[in-house]
Amino acid sequence: MFTSVDDVSARLAETGYLASPAVATTVFLADRLGKPLLVEGPAGVGKTELAKAVAEVAGARLVRLQCYEGVDESRALYEWNHAKQLLRISAGRDETWDEARTDIFSEEFLLPRPLLTAIRGDEPKVLLIDETDKADVEVEGLLLEVLSDFQVTVPELGTITATRRPFVVLTSNASRELSEALRRRCLFLHIGFPDEELERRIVRLKVPGLDAALAESVVRVVGALRALDLRKVPSVAETVDWARTLIALGADTLGETVVRDSLGVLLKHQEDILKAAAKLDLDAL
Amino acid sequence: MTAPSEITTRLTGFAAALRSHGIRIGTGETVDAARAVAALGFADRERLREGLAATLLHGTGQRQVFDPVFDLYFPQRVGAPAAEREGEPQDRDDLRDRLAAALAANDPALLGRLAVEAVDGFGGYGSSPGSDGWSSYQTLDRLRPQTLLARVRDGVRAGSGGGAFADRLLDDEIRRRIEAFRAMVAAEARRRVAERRGREEIARRAVAPTADRVDFLFAGKAQLAELRRTVQPLARKLATRLAARRRRAARGSIDLRRTLRGSLSTGGVPMRPVLRRRRPVRPELVLLCDVSGSVSGFSDFTMLLVQALHDQFSKVRVFAFVNRIDEVTRLLVHGAADPEGLGARIRAEATLTGWHGSSDYGLALGEFAERYDEAVGPRTTVFVLGDARTNMSDPNLPALRHIGERARRVYWLNPEQRSQWGTGDSAAPEYAELVEMHECRNARQLGELVTRLLPV
Repeated sequence: MFTSVDDVSARLAETGYLASPAVATTVFLADRLGKPLLVEGPAGVGKTELAKAVAEVAGARLVRLQCYEGVDESRALYEWNHAKQLLRISAGRDETWDEARTDIFSEEFLLPRPLLTAIRGDEPKVLLIDETDKADVEVEGLLLEVLSDFQVTVPELGTITATRRPFVVLTSNASRELSEALRRRCLFLHIGFPDEELERRIVRLKVPGLDAALAESVVRVVGALRALDLRKVPSVAETVDWARTLIALGADTLGETVVRDSLGVLLKHQEDILKAAAKLDLDAL
Repeated sequence: MTAPSEITTRLTGFAAALRSHGIRIGTGETVDAARAVAALGFADRERLREGLAATLLHGTGQRQVFDPVFDLYFPQRVGAPAAEREGEPQDRDDLRDRLAAALAANDPALLGRLAVEAVDGFGGYGSSPGSDGWSSYQTLDRLRPQTLLARVRDGVRAGSGGGAFADRLLDDEIRRRIEAFRAMVAAEARRRVAERRGREEIARRAVAPTADRVDFLFAGKAQLAELRRTVQPLARKLATRLAARRRRAARGSIDLRRTLRGSLSTGGVPMRPVLRRRRPVRPELVLLCDVSGSVSGFSDFTMLLVQALHDQFSKVRVFAFVNRIDEVTRLLVHGAADPEGLGARIRAEATLTGWHGSSDYGLALGEFAERYDEAVGPRTTVFVLGDARTNMSDPNLPALRHIGERARRVYWLNPEQRSQWGTGDSAAPEYAELVEMHECRNARQLGELVTRLLPV
């Protein structure tokens, strides 16, 4: 899919995803070694965006499995289309039992869910398993077979193996510790907050109307807030939101009033806002 | 580093060094790492670093061990920089000038080069080739980068014109840059020492352990702060495990009477087994924490952990003692945002010391049995946290025995190494005969113990 690490960064940049060297290197390796990529990091640093960008670059279909508590086999792998099976049985009244039985467990009655979809078919695909940590431990068991051998076993049909391996991205906010077995099958990538320079570029790319000096001030303030001990530090998504807010407010430089009025875009807890205000020498809110 | 066999040796040595720091790396990962090296090549060191990290590591916390070890095994350069070979004497003021300029410009590559130069010029000690070495401490002591703050600030202000809102953050930013420079100097000194003494030994000794393996008793201030930050994730992990265990335990056994009565509708064939329903009883927890100076880091951490787990129990009561005991449950209000000040708050607001300031387990246990007897009942699990060093006073075994008889279980977590129990003034063996005592030296052990010992 990619020829070199530089190729990865250049092509991702074309889609509007600015990758740090770590991200570009790891994506290149995941493609080259044919291994799934486990991406961890705080919310809002672009884990999901990465999968979308890779899909766009590769011209691949994005298959997404959104995990949540209680996601199970029938949501992740496949389901039998019971209604259609019943119709099939009642439609063929005069056939023998053997004919009917073998028929209703064929591919025609299979409803593929994301994992099976990603494995079947020949077109290029990116499989995004989003927020893996939200799923129950049992789901990890399902994932193991898919991730190590790119195959799915349907008892009535046998094993379905991928003819073309999908590019797999798993994301996690680390709200639950993923099992060692799952981690072992993946390349590991931690996306943290970008360095100042990269964040400036991201903000300017996403908010075209922002001039360079304001972008720099924005990034510096956000950087200082991240160094504080906050309940929820602002992420890149929030930096971008803030920059948009500033544009909407018509501010061309950062000033005390405008920062005070828009701090709520960056910080989501009242105690964080108070702490930040003290740090930034704002008058009491 | 071009012959394939040498790369292999280097790579396996690297993996072994990481393993010795508790990072679990299997053969599969090493093979992947080799494939990554083949795909990336050696041209770009940072790419190599990221590639190896992606293949060898499995979690975020391991990175802080990985990076220094990587620097040792895949050094940026070997030996001293070429410029120094010219024999030019190092000028401290000149270097400080250039450092100030680099800090003002915030140029990491240049700072890296200056760090090398600094160690080279000021870090060497000893005179004979056999006994000399390189010291980051000495380098930083002579260079004093922290005193450059004002100069760097002026430099930046002069460059930007000043007056911008974000400039009120400048001091902090410069401090962070200086801190990063100090880390670069440390890495460079470590690399040079490693070259001389063999990198296996340095990799083993000079790299700080991951936070969950830091010994409670020897943790520094920064490490304790780091440890406190691990409380929330650890608590969440433990809560998930406890909930899973509770779910399993709640399934219980078959209720024969109700199964048979249910089978009447199916002609006496028990189609649907009925499980005996348990009354959901949330266990109660009592914590007795020694908060005297020597073990306070351990107690603080454990208290925070229990506080974070608080909704898993119907009732948690925490008592702190040095030689008098007092209840501090109210100080551990759920959601209090200031874990740092916890120890100070406890010491300020609770009566913990009587006539002297050193810990006395006998007195404290006796007072607990006397004043807070009602806190312990048949549903209570008691945790005693402390090193059992009772400063030669009476250990008061009957008091602990009394608590043990009233409680459901009593566990003692001791932050000292097992081999130290019973030495000097430690009454650990005596106490261990009455209650179950466990060695609990770091966050990893604590996590394991808590999952194993906490009541369902």
